[in-house]
Amino acid sequence: MPEEKGRLNGSVVVLGLGILLVAIIILSFFWGRYPISPPDLFKITISQISRTIQDLFRNILHIDVVFLNIEKTWSDQMESIVLRVRFPRIMLASLVGCSLSAAGASYQGVFQNPMAAPDILGAAAGAAFGAALAIFTGQSSMTIMLSAFVFGLLTVALVFLISHKTRGKQVIGLILAGIMVGSLFSAGISYIKLIADTSNQLPNITYWLMGSLNGATNNKLLLALIPMSIGLLPLLMLRWRINVLTLGDEEAKTMGINASRFRIIIIVLATLLTAASVAVTGMIGWVGLVVPHLARRLVGNNFKYLMPASMLFGASFLLLVDNISRNLTETEIPIGILTAFIGAPFFVYLITRKEESL
Amino acid sequence: MSIEVRDLCFSYGNRTVLDGVNVTAQPGELLSVIGPNGVGKSTLFHCILGLYSNYRGSILIGGHDIRGLSIQQRARLIAYVPQSNYPSFNFSVSDMVLMGTSSHISSISTPGKKQLLLVEEALDQLGIAHLRDRAYTRISGGERQLTIIARALAQQTKVLILDEPVANLDFGNQLLVLTQIKKLAHLGYTVMQATHNPDQTFMFSDSVLALKDGHVLACGAPTDVATEDLMQKLYATDIEVASLYNDNVRICVPKVVINNSYSPEKVTENTLMEGLEYEMM
Repeated sequence: MPEEKGRLNGSVVVLGLGILLVAIIILSFFWGRYPISPPDLFKITISQISRTIQDLFRNILHIDVVFLNIEKTWSDQMESIVLRVRFPRIMLASLVGCSLSAAGASYQGVFQNPMAAPDILGAAAGAAFGAALAIFTGQSSMTIMLSAFVFGLLTVALVFLISHKTRGKQVIGLILAGIMVGSLFSAGISYIKLIADTSNQLPNITYWLMGSLNGATNNKLLLALIPMSIGLLPLLMLRWRINVLTLGDEEAKTMGINASRFRIIIIVLATLLTAASVAVTGMIGWVGLVVPHLARRLVGNNFKYLMPASMLFGASFLLLVDNISRNLTETEIPIGILTAFIGAPFFVYLITRKEESL
Repeated sequence: MSIEVRDLCFSYGNRTVLDGVNVTAQPGELLSVIGPNGVGKSTLFHCILGLYSNYRGSILIGGHDIRGLSIQQRARLIAYVPQSNYPSFNFSVSDMVLMGTSSHISSISTPGKKQLLLVEEALDQLGIAHLRDRAYTRISGGERQLTIIARALAQQTKVLILDEPVANLDFGNQLLVLTQIKKLAHLGYTVMQATHNPDQTFMFSDSVLALKDGHVLACGAPTDVATEDLMQKLYATDIEVASLYNDNVRICVPKVVINNSYSPEKVTENTLMEGLEYEMM
């Protein structure tokens, strides 16, 4: 962390990251195999917005209003690519990056452990097991997503149950139970892969595990938006208190914060984000670990700035990586592989750098 | 706001740690708790802070039984100064002090102007305002301890509990921190601290509680407690209590060191003699 960090500085950085995200979102619409010109993108967006408003008036107030009527100069195909392919994918990439980073920052804070990642309590392993199970039993893609989400939550619930029975510190109990349950589900995934049909199911499971935003649709986006906003908004509101929790339970309690209860609340919110992210995109590792540390370099450890900075930076980061993933080569590279390529070297840097404690 | 501990008994399973402890501290008083390691000083503090609740007896802060209070209500009455440790995450000194205001703001808000003002006041009070923007892990041990005390002041309580505030500090920093603590007591805070140094206890405290095997061995003015007899009982060692400056200062010196039969010179002498005897045989 840089030594001197003024208050203004933190807000400025967060604002800057917000502008960066908006810029990357806009640029991402142009980036792809099918070229779209800026005027066309602008017109498609405006006409879609005015159509939506007109529909709203018609359906709710039963009034026909005519907003901007833009002459259609673009092809249907172009419109479909912008609205039904790139829009959901861009939004989903941003949301997942935002959620994973927020979850990572939260877990790191409540476990007082800079190495904590969103899968620390087994949520990712559980979700992956749920997805593998659904693919194995031949379910639809929507069911696969739901199964992943539910299993992710169940896993963490199980971890809570086990840690409740352990003696000693709550934090240690949770982490140990998380490792144990996580490896149990990983073994479950291996077993499903072993018995899965090798011509069809096994490749599907393997591909799913690598993580991809390939199948993004507006429906998926809408479905993911619910648990993600339930997780993100409260985390943003409670962010300042996470600072106090990083000092340890006893100190937090003497400062008026019910540490164990508050920790559980934060864990539930972060788990919701992790499970929802893994459910829609598969396993995307490293983002939740790496992004909060990068954000820390910019704004320091104060969660007042660290939380929004992680969220915005995570969204930009995953969106950027996804752009690379869908454009770099002829066949799409699963994003989970790319994030690991970037994340692993960073991890090495993190554990070998000399300056100050983590 | 006073601290009143009445007939406090606490045990971990079968092991009794505190057995019928009675002690009272008044506003403006600096009460030091002394006693050997593992005697229950920390347990006593944990009970007073409400971190342990399964004790017998009662603890009143300003007349309120702390068992009947919520965590937040307690934090508005008593502030705790733990031994300054190295945190997992680094914060600036002002952010660290700002955390003391947590019990005064709602859980979904971040501290505002009023809280920042409290931080400035607390930093000024302890003379560390210049450290405001420094990283907590990059200041000296004494400055870290003062930061934690400032955090307790920002908590706006009238009762301060300090757990060995000068442990791990060098001699100069020990005096610096203790002077500040003494000053706070004289400003009207009720201060209770655990300490391992009987000399400092005598110099700075208004009253002393000596704990031994979970019992109160003595409690009262430093002149009554810092006696040879009591110190020897307390630490189970031969101790001489010397009086200086018309009994304004008392220092405890362990006698074992003074008449040590194993001092290096003697050992050499003895070995020499033995050697001579051996040769003469």
